[in-house]
This record gives sequence, structure tokens and C-alpha cells, in this order.
Amino acid sequence: MSNEAVLQAESVLATHHDAHGEHHDHHHQETFISKYVFSMDHKMIAKQFLITGMVWAVIGGLMSVLFRLQLGYPDTSFPWLEDLLGKFWVEKGHITAQGYYALVTTHGTVLVFFVLTAGLSGTFANFLIPLQVGARDMASPFMNMLSYWFFFAASVVMVSSIFVETGPFSGGWTAYPPLSALGDASPGSKTGMDLWLVAMALFVVSSLLGGLNYIATVLNMRTKGMSMTRLPLTIWALFFTAVLGVLSFPVLLSGFILLIFDRNFGTSFYLSDIFLTTTNTALPNEGGSAILFQHLFWFLGHPEVYIILLPAMGMVSEILSVNSRKPIFGYMAMIGSLFAIAILAFLVWAHHMFVTGLNPFLGSIFVLLTLLIAVPSAIKVFNWLTTLWRGNIRFTPAMMFAIGFVSLFISGGLTGIWLGNSALDIHLHDTYFVIAHFHIVMGVASMFGMFAGVYHWYPKMYGRYLNTSLGYIHFWISIVGAYLIFWPMHYEGLAGMPRRYYDYSIWESFKNFGELNRFISTVAMIVFAAQLLFIANFFYSIWKGRKVTTLNPYGSNTLEWTTPINPGHGNWVGEIPEVHRWPYDYGKDGKEYTSQTTPVGADESHH
Amino acid sequence: MSSATLNETGKRIHPYKFLLWVAMGSICMMFAGLTSAYIVKRNQSNFLEFSLPLVFWYSTIVILASSLTIQLAVKSYKAREMSRYRTLMTITVILGVGFAALQTLGFMNLESHGIHLTGPKSNASASFILIIVGLHALHVLGGVVSLLVMFLKAYFSNTKNYSSVTIEVVSIYWHFVDVLWLYLLVFFIWIR
Repeated sequence: MSNEAVLQAESVLATHHDAHGEHHDHHHQETFISKYVFSMDHKMIAKQFLITGMVWAVIGGLMSVLFRLQLGYPDTSFPWLEDLLGKFWVEKGHITAQGYYALVTTHGTVLVFFVLTAGLSGTFANFLIPLQVGARDMASPFMNMLSYWFFFAASVVMVSSIFVETGPFSGGWTAYPPLSALGDASPGSKTGMDLWLVAMALFVVSSLLGGLNYIATVLNMRTKGMSMTRLPLTIWALFFTAVLGVLSFPVLLSGFILLIFDRNFGTSFYLSDIFLTTTNTALPNEGGSAILFQHLFWFLGHPEVYIILLPAMGMVSEILSVNSRKPIFGYMAMIGSLFAIAILAFLVWAHHMFVTGLNPFLGSIFVLLTLLIAVPSAIKVFNWLTTLWRGNIRFTPAMMFAIGFVSLFISGGLTGIWLGNSALDIHLHDTYFVIAHFHIVMGVASMFGMFAGVYHWYPKMYGRYLNTSLGYIHFWISIVGAYLIFWPMHYEGLAGMPRRYYDYSIWESFKNFGELNRFISTVAMIVFAAQLLFIANFFYSIWKGRKVTTLNPYGSNTLEWTTPINPGHGNWVGEIPEVHRWPYDYGKDGKEYTSQTTPVGADESHH
Repeated sequence: MSSATLNETGKRIHPYKFLLWVAMGSICMMFAGLTSAYIVKRNQSNFLEFSLPLVFWYSTIVILASSLTIQLAVKSYKAREMSRYRTLMTITVILGVGFAALQTLGFMNLESHGIHLTGPKSNASASFILIIVGLHALHVLGGVVSLLVMFLKAYFSNTKNYSSVTIEVVSIYWHFVDVLWLYLLVFFIWIR
């Protein structure tokens, strides 16, 4: 008997006989509230995460358009923006300095945490783990529901911080003290920072609740025959993502707790006797170390970038294999490299701190460990390319985005080798080179992974297809746009142009980038418009998209395509299928694909 | 129904118990983060040295005793000795709350000796005690709350539940916060 049955038999709903699974829809008295709002169905929770993430992506993206407006057109006045946004953000037609910093900070926080962590792994871990391991739901559906609602609460608090009088937090998404610890230091460090901390604490709780569930489900709830080495790579990636989150988010929380005490209870963890010009006094605090926060922050912060990237890697591996009609190249190497990345993620945090006065000898160890990440990354890239090699490629929008991901990962990853060197970092630290690097390798690449996932699994989510033509337009504008936006930033960074500055036109050394900045800003607006196209496509297709008529439209091996076209809560009608082989038998023995549920024939060797 | 089930790989752990183990790993990481921060801070200048309040030893005895009572409670639950189970559980709850109260007493003790935990005159050394010990006490109170929730659920439920999974999960957590406290105590004694 599976653990599935244990949970079902023990629950109060034991009379529903979910474990036997006949006619789910007739058993549950589903109301609108229990089906769409406080749902415990992992598929509905996934959609909730996705749509909330999309709302955040629009807000965060719009913010980047606004600050790009300032960077690209520092001399142009936009009076209509003032009417729209109010005096805090725009004064005399120009984005205010305070507004600019608030925009940059909120853009970073929102995109890193609310979109690419909750929106990405929240969506696909919830949606794919039970479907692909063969479980009726998560280990604890209730905790899963709580996970979403903690995220929702975090979102509400974060949104409300945009509307307070002194504005949202404006000290950068990394929230380094003393700026973040001192309300007197900047308007954004007042109420905005309090709300930021509350929102982030709620967010950490949400991630932990989700992560615990993902790990427990992958390890405990797999269907019969689904050994760990028969798991699709999506599941492996989401599993390592959850492990990273569960081990690193608590450390971030402990850093935040100390920050809260410094802000509100006069302790001296991070604060020392700083002299503040705004109040003309020295702080009474003694002996605090601001660097301590950086250690605690980056101990999460670095795993966080892999929390963002690994789900995309996993989905891309699956999508590339399915649409090349070829087995994934080097399945075990793919798992091994995911594992290596997960381990190294915890050992490289100080490469964000090379210029904080870190001992250079210690720095050299972190250089070595950082550059070691190139090895598993290169293995993965090699395996993706060899999976594509001589494949019978179907260029679906999902496949386009997956290939786009590989392209972005290569070009963004290579600059990581530059930045990982502590000597080069002295020059490149906090310049646009860093912006270009992490936006390409982590930001845009993971967005591409997310788009690939949405295009690929949309038919399973809603029983309809997204419009393919709009998908191609979306892809080409996004990929070309992404390179046009971020490629020039490398040159700006190499020239020493620092990040986070409000106006470069007043700097003699960076004046000459005015035209380039305008170009980048213009492309950013076009790319943002293309994303709106995607969102229109998404919502239109939920109701009006072309209907899915076959169970397995892609000829895919994995278990989610053995469920009904519109699976109910419980996923499978009748018994959960048994698994007999790995998920990548494409083109084996002349057959285009062989589902995981097909028993191994007499003439086949075991997997 | 037994808490563990069999499949082709042999005995599997109950998903809720497994969830708890992962959660305990997560909690460990939070305290590992805080204690590492403590070590980093200690090696810098201006780190006040003082001895721990005596009350922390009494609270250690209390939490060890509560571990014993909850273990006996699980035993009597499995033997269906319900009145003994209820008595032991009540004692456990009282000991849990008592532990948190004693820790608070310890904080007040430090304050009364002029070692400020918060405020402008505080030293990070003392503030760390407040935060680490305080967070631990909150985790103990979390255990108390889950015991109470379990109690109330059993009280208001119409169906009899013979499964010992919930009580086992809570008791594992209870032992965990116990061991966590022992670690913290040893840590604070050694690294001062």
C-alpha cells in the first residue's frame, strides 16, 4: 500500500475512498470557495501561484520600465506621469531620486522573490511534482494551501508598502544595514522597510511550508515502480530547489530577526556609533558589524540564485528531450551536476563580498569554489546541446524558449567566470557588468524557463492550448530584446559605470553612454509590451483557446499525460499507474515514444 | 492502521513524520545561522563577557522532565490508558509553559544585574542570548500550542481516532527542542 492510502485512511474524509479513486467529482461537495480560493488541490494552488506571480511580474516589470525611463531620458519631462503616479514618484515630470531608488529596490525584491521564486518553483513544483511522481496530491495539502496564503499575505503587505507616505524600502533588494536599519537614514527606511521585513518574513514562511512539502512528496509519495532514478529531471531539479530553500531561507530569517531588533529595540548587531547627518547626532550603538548581515544575507542569497535557476534547468531538460524526440543525453550526469550545483551553492556566498575587506586568502578559496561551478554548468550545457544534436526537433513555442534558455545560460554563465575572480571583481563590482551578468543568466534565463514551462504544460493546466503564433512573436521579441538590453550593459560595466545611480548624464565619465542608455530603455519598453501580449494570450486561451483533444498531445513519456485531459482532485481516475521505466525512452526500438507505464518487454534490458 | 507502510522498498516513514524531520533540519539551519553569527561577532571587539543566569539550569531540568513525561504519554496512549495519558500530557503542557517562564525569568535576571538585552546600552553578546534563547522558547511554546490543538481536536471530534501518528509527531518535535536547548546551553557555556 502506498503512503497515499495511509494519508487518506487517516483523514476525516476517509469515507470518500479517494484512494480507490472512482468518480472524484461526485464525492466532493465543491463550492466556489473550496475550489478556486481555499483550494487544497495542488493543481489549483499551482495556478494561484502562477497568476499571482504574473501580477507581480507585471508590477515589477512596469517598475523597470519606469526607472529605465529615467535612465534613458533623464532630460525629458513626462508631466502625465506625475498625474498618474503622484508627487512622491514623479515631480515636475521627472522620476524623483527617492522614487527611483524605491523602484529599483522593489523591482529587485519582487522579481527575485515574488516572481522567480514563488511564481516559478511555487507554480511548477506544485503542479508537476504530484503529477510526475504519480501522487494524488502533496504530502500535506493543507500546508500547501497555507504556503500559498502566506505568499498572498506577503504580497498584500509588499503592495501596501508601495502606497505609504514615505514610500517603499529604497536601499536595494539586498537590504544592507546600516541604511536598512536606520529610519533616519532615508525615507524608504521608515515604514516602507518595516513592511518590507514583514512581507519577507511571511514570504520565508511560505517558502518553507512549500519546500517541506515538495521534499516530502518527492521522497515519500512516489507511485509503485517510480524509483528515484526513474524520475523526470524536472522533479530532480525541483527537489534540489526545495532542499536549497529549506536550508537557506531560515538563515535569511535569522539575519532579518537581528535586523528587526536593531531597527526597533536598540540592539547593536549591525549598528555601531555612526554619525548621521540627517539628525546631526551619533548613534548610541556600539560595536555592531554591518558585514555580519552580508554573511547571513548571502548565505541565503547565493543559494537563492540556484533556487531561481534550477527549476528552469529541470523543465528545459524535459522539454528539450520531448521535443527533440530523443532521450536526454547523460541523465545521471544531469542529476550529478544538479547535486554538485546544490552543494556548491552553499560554499560560494563570500564571492558577493570580495570588496568588503574580506581576507584575500579567504577570498582565493571562494574564487576556487565559485569557478568550480563552471564544471557542472558546462556538463549541463553539453548535455542539452547533445540532446538537441541530430534530434527530430519540433519547434513549439515551449521548445523555442527552452533553446533560448540554453543560449542565455551560456552567454550569461561565461561572464560569471569573469566575476568569480576576486581580482577582476575589484573593477567590476557594483557596475553594469554585474547587472548584465545576473539579469541574463538568472533573470531572463529563468523567465525563459518559466515561459517554456507555461507553454509546455498549459494544455495540462487548462485543457486548452496557448496561441502558437503569438507564442512565436513573444519568443522572438523577448530573445532579441533581452540581448539588446543586456549586451550593451557589459560594455558600460567594463567602462566602470556603477549600478544604482540616478542620473549618469551629470557624470563626465559616463555621459557618452547617454545614447546607449536611451537605446536600452527603448528596447526594454518594447520587450515589456511583448510580455503583455503573452498575458493576453494566457487569459484569452483559458476560455477561448484551442481545445486539447488527445490525452498525450506531445507524445510524452511522463505520468502527467496519463491523467484525464481535465484531471480532478486526485489526478487519476482509478488506480495510480505503475511505472516500469525511465521517462526518456524516445525513439527506442523504432518506437517514437514509450510511456513510463509501459512494462519492459522481454527483449529489452532494464532501466 | 499502522503508521508505517510496506512497499517494495521495505518500511517507509509516514509522510507527516518525514515532513517534521525536514522541518527540524530547517529549524537547525536557523539556529546554525544565529550561532555562527554569534561566533563571528564574538571574535570582534567589544563583546561583553558574563556568566549565564542560574535559572537556565533549572529550566534545563524542566525541559528534560517534560521530554520524559511526553514519552510516557505516548506509551500510555499506545496502551490505551487514556486517563494516565491525559495526566501526563497536562504535566507536559505545564512543564513546557514553565520552561518558557523560567527562560523569561533568566532574561529578567540578567537585566537586574545591569546586563541589558535591548536598548542603547545593550551589548550584542547579551542581545544574542535574548534572541537565540527567546526563539528557542517560542519553538517550545509552538510545541505546547500543537499539543493543545491536538487535545481540542480529540475533544470535539465525533469519531474516535486510534492513530498515534499525531502524538508521535508532536513528541519527536518535543524531544527535538529539548536536544536543541541542550546544544544551545553547551554552546553558550563553551563559547563565551
